[in-house]
Amino acid sequence: MSEGKIRVLVAKPGLDGHDRGAKVIARALRDAGMEVIYTGLRQTPEMIAEAALQEDVDAVGLSILSGAHMALVPRVMELLKKQGQGKISLFVGGIIPEEDVAALKDMGVAAVYGPGTSTQVVAEAIRAAVEAQAA
Amino acid sequence: MRSTLTPNDLAGSILRGDRLALARACTEVENGTAAGEAVISLLFRHSGQAHIVGVTGSPGTGKSSLVNRLARAYRDRHPEHKVAIIAVDPTSPFSGGAVLGDRVRMRDLSGDEKVFIRSMATRGALGGLARQTNALTRLFDCAGYQLILVETVGAGQSEVDIVRLAHTTLVVEAPGLGDDIQAIKAGILEIADILVVNKADHPGADATERSLRMMLELSHHRPKSDYGHHRAGDSNQAPDEDEEVGWLPPVLRTIATENTGITELLDQVTVHRAWLEVNDLWQSRERQRVRAELQVLIREMLFTAWQSGQPADALEEMIERVLAREVSPFEAVDRLISNHQ
Repeated sequence: MSEGKIRVLVAKPGLDGHDRGAKVIARALRDAGMEVIYTGLRQTPEMIAEAALQEDVDAVGLSILSGAHMALVPRVMELLKKQGQGKISLFVGGIIPEEDVAALKDMGVAAVYGPGTSTQVVAEAIRAAVEAQAA
Repeated sequence: MRSTLTPNDLAGSILRGDRLALARACTEVENGTAAGEAVISLLFRHSGQAHIVGVTGSPGTGKSSLVNRLARAYRDRHPEHKVAIIAVDPTSPFSGGAVLGDRVRMRDLSGDEKVFIRSMATRGALGGLARQTNALTRLFDCAGYQLILVETVGAGQSEVDIVRLAHTTLVVEAPGLGDDIQAIKAGILEIADILVVNKADHPGADATERSLRMMLELSHHRPKSDYGHHRAGDSNQAPDEDEEVGWLPPVLRTIATENTGITELLDQVTVHRAWLEVNDLWQSRERQRVRAELQVLIREMLFTAWQSGQPADALEEMIERVLAREVSPFEAVDRLISNHQ
């Protein structure tokens, strides 16, 4: 890619209405030079997968505060795989219990970030993951 | 993982309706790669059907919501047609990144396989579009999309590139943005084929509409007696000998969030297309567009060719000499070009 930019979808699945974290991350990734497609609140896994396809993103960040991560994340992964985007790096942010973090990583989630994570850490992890994909 | 597909693979898959292949091709086109150009070249003979509709206007007028409703209404009216939306947002000049948020207002369209939404960052281009927006509309046209809606960045006064790209340009205004005075300054009014007063339930909608109509009468040089017949575009089908003079832009009121006025807006978009065709203006707009496109490509190609024949720092050195006032920009270019030969 001659002047390709890293494209990231930041989505907020589930029914909780708190999108502050997602917006903070979206802005931080923009400030790290990425193109962030922000889809807003209450996205279904189907909507997220469809947006990831149309936008041909390199990574997807899911912000989940509702506690439904063990249902939502596998569903998004399954849909991405089904449409031929199984290699997209998936990142999860939110309030996730310790034991679920391990389970999510076992499923193939690249990283899970709790409250208070430095946005710079997230940006660097996404960049590293996308560069590893392209190699 | 991207580069494994050849342009031939991508083109074939796109013709079969593969949306992931189309998305990948969009990325190639957006990045200005040779592969992206090759895909368009392979498919170009399939293009020429799409109606390209530009949607522009100040930030906060509700362009995204309007595009969302318009696409929905078009799909309901034409169940067999495909709609593409290109939503352009600005790139941050500081980081080179962007937040592309237009999809937030386009939720109604998700789940519809015949709608394809692509967000695009300007990547430093001025004029309300990205450098590759034109090429991206070509790609969607090649892929068989009948309607292509192009939403520009929130345009102020000078971002009028859309008019060179679109067959039909909608300029969206909303009450309460101080636009009744802005409109007077704005060259943007003159590019409108259709004017939309969105958020028409907000206070001040009457005043906004009135000032738009007044501006129209000032900027469209028609004998005054003709105006009586051209209220809200109801007799716009009438052919006219003079190029582009026979269309008086209708002023329509919409409330996108409530889906009010959208059917009438879609009607006018259709009427405008028919009017272009009846008056042979469709072809002449296409011709203008291709002419502008070729000029840009020639310019870029000549520049690239010139640059490849130069020492890497030739341009930088000359910039320093201009800054030191040793040579003027004109002399600088004379020397740079004659070096080349």
